[in-house]
Amino acid sequence: MMEQWMVPFQYEYLVKAMVVCAFVGAVCGALSAMVTLKGWSLLGDALSHAVVPGVVLAHLLSWPLAVGSLISGVLAAGAMTWVKAHSRLREDAVMGVVFTTFFAIGLLGISLYPSQLDLKSIVFGNVLAIAPKDLWQVIGMGGFVALVLLLKWRDMMLFCFDEQQARVQGLNVRLLHAVFLLLLSAMAVAALMTVGALLVVAMLITPGATAYLLTNRFSRMMILSAVFGGVTSALGAYASYFVDGSTGACIVSLQALLFLLCLWWAPQHGWFAQRRREKEVAS
Amino acid sequence: MSEQSNNERVSLVVEDIAVRYGNGHAALEGVSFSLEGGTICALVGVNGSGKSTLFKSIMGFVRPSRGRVRVKGLSVREALRKQIIAYVPQAEEVDWNFPVSVWDVAMMGRYGTMNFLRIPRAEDKRVVDQSLRRVGMWEYRDRQIGELSGGQKKRVFLARALAQGARLILLDEPFTGVDVTTEEAIIALLRELREEGCVVLVSTHNLGSVPEFCDRVVLLHRKVIAYGPTEEIFTESNLLAAFGGQLRHFHFEQSTIQSHDGRSVKVLTDDERPLVFGKDGHLEYKNREGREELLQKRKQEP
Repeated sequence: MMEQWMVPFQYEYLVKAMVVCAFVGAVCGALSAMVTLKGWSLLGDALSHAVVPGVVLAHLLSWPLAVGSLISGVLAAGAMTWVKAHSRLREDAVMGVVFTTFFAIGLLGISLYPSQLDLKSIVFGNVLAIAPKDLWQVIGMGGFVALVLLLKWRDMMLFCFDEQQARVQGLNVRLLHAVFLLLLSAMAVAALMTVGALLVVAMLITPGATAYLLTNRFSRMMILSAVFGGVTSALGAYASYFVDGSTGACIVSLQALLFLLCLWWAPQHGWFAQRRREKEVAS
Repeated sequence: MSEQSNNERVSLVVEDIAVRYGNGHAALEGVSFSLEGGTICALVGVNGSGKSTLFKSIMGFVRPSRGRVRVKGLSVREALRKQIIAYVPQAEEVDWNFPVSVWDVAMMGRYGTMNFLRIPRAEDKRVVDQSLRRVGMWEYRDRQIGELSGGQKKRVFLARALAQGARLILLDEPFTGVDVTTEEAIIALLRELREEGCVVLVSTHNLGSVPEFCDRVVLLHRKVIAYGPTEEIFTESNLLAAFGGQLRHFHFEQSTIQSHDGRSVKVLTDDERPLVFGKDGHLEYKNREGREELLQKRKQEP
């Protein structure tokens, strides 16, 4: 009986996938704490689609993934800023227009070179068959983001909480803004390799949103969301072996499940706790 | 260390600044005034009069198209770097659900002087501790900021300004959503800062509280309508010029007040302190205490 559950550990590619997913999931999780607090969920969504042409370009020209994603991430962010400044459109419309345009360019690229690119693995992710070259890039990007977060999370916290105060104290807010976008683009690509372009945004929001329901301290929220991201990603990769389904879908479904649990049963901010409090006040 | 260098007198000089918005509208035009250390100055004007633009120019968020701002003789940039300027935001600007405690917020005031990793040293902890005690928020240090009352919230951000060791403190509408007791506590703290040689600039539309604690007033309506000591500037005609038709007036000449009622008239207001003018359009204060000179002067008037 027990042996049956250990089967996935006999396959090297599965163990590798679980480790990679756990790592990417944890770093995405930590970053998601900031994304949700800064109110950048939509931007995360936009960037996760906007990096697709960069990934295509990197594949076609044999560039490192990081370079391709950086270029398209910066272009997309720049395009959004420019359109917003020069039109009367609201931000959500601007983002919607820009990120779908980038996504379309990416898909067009894939469809033009079907022999070199696999649409399915970009859109749905293919961590089980990840090439060693890509694997190292994913680990490199994740490591870079993790290092920046570890060193500068306090600056990022102030940036998310009170940008004006950061400026008044002489912190370079523009640089922080740019670094945040850079981290988002890097993790969007890293997560794209694991769960695919369609579900990247879940990795960049859901763990943070879940942790937000559980704590009142920023540092704890970051740790919790990293743990959630890591554990759900490893478990999702593991579970995908048994259900024989998409890894990304398994990971994100687990994250959603955890979110729902917390939404209802979180000790302080959960639905039941709130209702209990309301009753106490009423009686 | 930054605290000591900051302990000298500070000054704020605004020289003929003009700010235009992207659409070409003038937000500020030729605004000039200067304040010396040991002053509490009110910045008074209607919404859209340029109060927040002026604040932003002083903090360096907005670059004036003309003129300049000097703080303690330094450019804004240098002054920011030396942690001379602090800003206490309006309550609406803050995300009160953000997962930070009272202690965390006050500690953010130390970021400018901390090292690369922003790991608090013993000195930072001591200053934060002291700042929180000073505003009476030390007992609440572990509370999440959303769990505080309106006045407590204000005091946390004041503690942050104190922890920063700033000498020029900008407060944006500090009395909205704050009860009278807290208002008085905040005013007492601002007076202490004045004694220590700080410049406190308060943006407010709460007219009644201005004469209570501000020595100087800048009346703003894109331009400076009037600027100087409160008793001279806070006159009916100046305020009319700054506020246009936006103020409500209640005259008591035809009122039911009898002459045997003497001076004992009570004015109730639901929210803000009222501003009371005497017969000649000059300001009346609630307490005679500390205003002996003024009383003497007025006695000699015919």
